[in-house]
Amino acid sequence: MHPAYSVIIFTTFSGAGFGLMAVLGFEAAFGEIARHWLIGLLGLGLAAALAIAGLLSSTFHLGHPERAWRAFTQWRSSWLSREGVLAVATFIPAAILGLTWIVTARPGVIITLTGIVTALLALATVYTTGMIYQSLPTIRAWHRTIVAPIYILLALMSGVVIAHALLLTLAQGDRAMGTAAIMLLVASAIAKLTYWHQIDNAAPLATPGTATGLGQFGTIRTLEHPHTMANYVMREMGYSIGRKHAAKLRQIAVIAAFALPALLIALSLTGNGLAALAASWGAVITMMAGLFVERWLFFAEAEHVVMNYYGAKSA
Amino acid sequence: MTTLPTTTQKKLGLVIDLDTCVGCQACATSCKEWNTTGYSAPLSDENPYGADPHGAWLNRVHSFDIGEGDTSRTVHFPRSCLHCETPACVTVCPTGASYKRAEDGIVLVNPDTCIGCKLCSWACAYGAREYDHTDGVMKKCTLCVDRIYNDHIPQEDRIPACVRACPTGARHFGDLGDSTSDVSKLVAERGGYDLMPEMGYKPTNKYLPPRPKRDGTTAPKTVAKTEHISDPKSSIERLFAFADKVLTR
Repeated sequence: MHPAYSVIIFTTFSGAGFGLMAVLGFEAAFGEIARHWLIGLLGLGLAAALAIAGLLSSTFHLGHPERAWRAFTQWRSSWLSREGVLAVATFIPAAILGLTWIVTARPGVIITLTGIVTALLALATVYTTGMIYQSLPTIRAWHRTIVAPIYILLALMSGVVIAHALLLTLAQGDRAMGTAAIMLLVASAIAKLTYWHQIDNAAPLATPGTATGLGQFGTIRTLEHPHTMANYVMREMGYSIGRKHAAKLRQIAVIAAFALPALLIALSLTGNGLAALAASWGAVITMMAGLFVERWLFFAEAEHVVMNYYGAKSA
Repeated sequence: MTTLPTTTQKKLGLVIDLDTCVGCQACATSCKEWNTTGYSAPLSDENPYGADPHGAWLNRVHSFDIGEGDTSRTVHFPRSCLHCETPACVTVCPTGASYKRAEDGIVLVNPDTCIGCKLCSWACAYGAREYDHTDGVMKKCTLCVDRIYNDHIPQEDRIPACVRACPTGARHFGDLGDSTSDVSKLVAERGGYDLMPEMGYKPTNKYLPPRPKRDGTTAPKTVAKTEHISDPKSSIERLFAFADKVLTR
């Protein structure tokens, strides 16, 4: 599948934004951080900015962005529509949570309730993002039960890593957030390695034989394409540039998205002052860069069954 | 509405005969011609006379070489929307622009509400939906919905443009939901089948397989060697040689 930058930015940024919203929601409801109004302002502000940046980016690849509002209507059948509805719905409790947090700066019923609702809606939004891909029966690498859970895991991971840096910046750092970040980084690395193992060993969904129904007559070779130059289908679904670099890019993704951030957060927990702060934000930056590579691979490595008509041996 | 109708009154679709298709591309070009002026027009092309031309077409004809050696064959394979009974291209649509008609089962895109997110093209297993870069919306086969019910054109033209254009009669149009229709009988008689049934989309369009080759033995015919009287010398030998030549003719 063609890895469109708008969609890579959408899934990584909105994933991190809603992940941060979920972490702050749970922390506000059950932790101590609601005592500091700046965390509410900057934390939820950053989360909202990331989520909105991601959602706006997703409209850039549309042919008609001005009609994007129509995407809120088909939630009965479409995961993309559900994603849009939940993404917007999440901002309502998040706004109430943020305002109450900034004004009262102490835990209370409203903060507990809106914190829980914000966190659950934010995670549900990320789940629907994953389901947009997981629900497609045409793409072997996506149509797996592990796909949407990984989206949730990576969003929570991004959220906790950013929350850790944020708390350190506001001199509210605690070991719990840092430890949680390291645990989620390790869990995400394991999940991603499992995913790659799965897609490398998955049986093809279809072959040129079943795609044409002519498998009974022997091996099918292309004599002529219907068109001289690549058409939309080949450009969008037949992306294979860089698939040959997949092994190297996977290593880069593992190091940048999971290993280095875990190391930097461990450093930030042992050190203090400016060094710890630099390490915690360094973790955020390498993690986001690593997630870009990971998400690029998620698209570039995915093969679509339609390529069975265009010379693929299977897909 | 992108939820699918539970049943459709008719199942209008195409039956494509891979035995008689000669790969002339008449169906593809007449499709482009009709649909660039009809429903959801135009079907635009980008850089049509440049080095890398591409554009939206609703029908594509592949040519495949199948099998090895003497038993190999060339099969021309037209590919367009199959108007599936349970197509994911419709249900994934976030805006309701993509829909399946309850009256005849035709799958359409409303060009006025499509946002051009391309998700339907990802959901389609058959590459039937192409994005129109100029219009910013998805284009697909309409089964010539603007021909088949059109009172303003002669009766014989009220069939899809591709069917009308096919010079070998390889394309048939009709109601595949009606077991007594000509297309249904053709499918039953010739063993018509679904493409990629494993996708579970239940295509309406059916394909007819190439017929078996007329001569089962494909080895070239061996000509029996005949003996001739060579180098006749006497006149009687020449007579026998002449008789032999005449009689072996």
